[in-house]
Amino acid sequence: MKINGAELTIRLLEKQGIRIISGIPGGTNLPLYDALSKSTIRHILARHEQGAGFIAQGLSRSTGKPAVCFATSGPGATNLVTAIADAQMDSIPIIAITGQIPSQLIGTDAFQEVDIYGITIPITKHNFLIKKVEELIDVIPEAFSISVSGRPGPVLIDIPKDIQTAEIEISENFFEKIEKTVTAKTLALNTDFTAAASMINNAAKPLIIAGGGIIKSNTSDLLNELSVKNSIPVALTLMGLGSYSPDSNLYLGMPGMHGSRHTNYILQEADLIIALGIRFDDRLTGKSDSFCKNAKIIHIDIDKSELNKIKTSDLFIEGNLNESLQHLLEYIEQNERKEWIKHIENIKHEYPELTAKDQFSPYNIISIINNLTDSNAIITTDVGQHQMWTAQYYKFRKPGTLLTSGGLGTMGFGLPAAIGASLGKPDCQILCITGDGSFLMNIQELALLKELNLNVKVILFKNNSLGLVRQQQELFYDKNYFASRFEFNPEFHKIASAFGIESFNLAESDDIIHDLKYFLNLKTPAFIEIPIAQSQNVFPIVPPGKSNYEMIGGGYHEKSCS
Amino acid sequence: MKKVVLELKVNNHSGVMSHITGLFSRRGFNLEGILCGPEKNSSFSRIYLLVNNNDTLHQIQSQLAKLYDVLEIRICKGNDFSVFFEIDKLFKS
Repeated sequence: MKINGAELTIRLLEKQGIRIISGIPGGTNLPLYDALSKSTIRHILARHEQGAGFIAQGLSRSTGKPAVCFATSGPGATNLVTAIADAQMDSIPIIAITGQIPSQLIGTDAFQEVDIYGITIPITKHNFLIKKVEELIDVIPEAFSISVSGRPGPVLIDIPKDIQTAEIEISENFFEKIEKTVTAKTLALNTDFTAAASMINNAAKPLIIAGGGIIKSNTSDLLNELSVKNSIPVALTLMGLGSYSPDSNLYLGMPGMHGSRHTNYILQEADLIIALGIRFDDRLTGKSDSFCKNAKIIHIDIDKSELNKIKTSDLFIEGNLNESLQHLLEYIEQNERKEWIKHIENIKHEYPELTAKDQFSPYNIISIINNLTDSNAIITTDVGQHQMWTAQYYKFRKPGTLLTSGGLGTMGFGLPAAIGASLGKPDCQILCITGDGSFLMNIQELALLKELNLNVKVILFKNNSLGLVRQQQELFYDKNYFASRFEFNPEFHKIASAFGIESFNLAESDDIIHDLKYFLNLKTPAFIEIPIAQSQNVFPIVPPGKSNYEMIGGGYHEKSCS
Repeated sequence: MKKVVLELKVNNHSGVMSHITGLFSRRGFNLEGILCGPEKNSSFSRIYLLVNNNDTLHQIQSQLAKLYDVLEIRICKGNDFSVFFEIDKLFKS
């Protein structure tokens, strides 16, 4: 039978198990949309392609499965770029399929032509420009395979319009014979687990730093088992939050630039760091030379190129955390480590978490929201002070409950990611914690939120500024506030109302706990604006380029560390 | 500075060169010279990259290995690399 490239593409996507595609149609992907309209796949019409890209990310991050977004050529494709780069930085499997002008016009500066293949080379795991319709048969499954295997990442497929309309002859049972891409198991290649276990068993002050890799490999149970068996305390990077219980006495907190004071001090004392699924990002390490410089390092990661990229490891194990941790556990001894644990308790006691009396302090607001929210709820954030306060004060108890733009730090991530997460997990409560700077960047997706009527609540911290920029100017640029405060800022709750969304302004509340409780219990889209003093800062902070023990702020005397 | 040549076997299609040179520029690796040509009777090409033999060599190799179109990588040590500096002699006329 004959089908065209567009129909072939859609059918192949169906075979991959894709049930939802976010995107925006345009001139050069009309054939794809025509085919999509006849498919069982549900289309989500974003209002900006960046929104579509982040919706795909929210879908992927919440389900652990690859997600697809569509855009037309030219400006549609370039609007996807930020979301693709963001997926690359946080290793999220999304497949972006862009329409392209007809093949024979490529290179002629045609209407809405852009070399999206060339543009996305540095920000994708791999990309494809289709030259013949037959190529789709291999490329679509291959794109999924590349996207999900090993260290996941975004893949782009650029399909010229003439390829979409080109016909191809296939057998009647062609699609029955096609199987979904199965991720190849990555076996731990370096089987030196006895050496690693020996280092761990013999260490006096070991600790684990776990990150995004634990979440991607679903290994928080194994992480817990390792930690408890040998009494190894655990610190979590931003991307790892939720993969270890914050209620455990072995939990250290989040280290790094905005990490807890006690966490950064404890890390300096370790004699062995077990790095699980982390990449030693500069937000974590501060000045990398002095990061845990007294400790040996065991680094387990699925990506071989992470070996010695930032910190030199004493032992690197390339492999899937699932197999690696299982093998490792066989050789790990029971150990109560009473002295080390006591020492850590003392440091935690000496440098407790910051608290605030003002009910509108962000610490308090976030703690109240935390207490009123189920641990299965998924929180997305935008980027900035509110993001750091959320990371510091919201206790994430399950993996995959914090969706945040870590590596690229993209403002505008929060709302579309929340929409995607809600589509991926329709029975979950979804909260988007955002700031007034970030929220305006993809505010148009409120229309989509209303249209879909999802259980998504938006909580906006309003301080009339680009908070983290203002803070850095205060601390490091001599209070030279420039371009960091909004001279005009709209009444966001009125904007949300205009989008048909039930909206609240906490500034008018007589009982904030009561009103937040009411707000959080709603099952339909809702929005709340919360006033925050502009002078609020995120503490502690490690000044850019300094070592983690050189934190400032938070009301403590700086401790000198060697 | 000591140099070394990396010989790559790659899929032969128009985007491959961009992927490889793009990798060098975005990672801040130095690429001192590059030669490329198709293999006879195959859909592959060979690319020869002249790089410095220093601390970054290991990262260069592992990042190149991650590229989908790079199928094999081999380090060529102790060869005569003067061809990279004398290519103009081949095209005098």
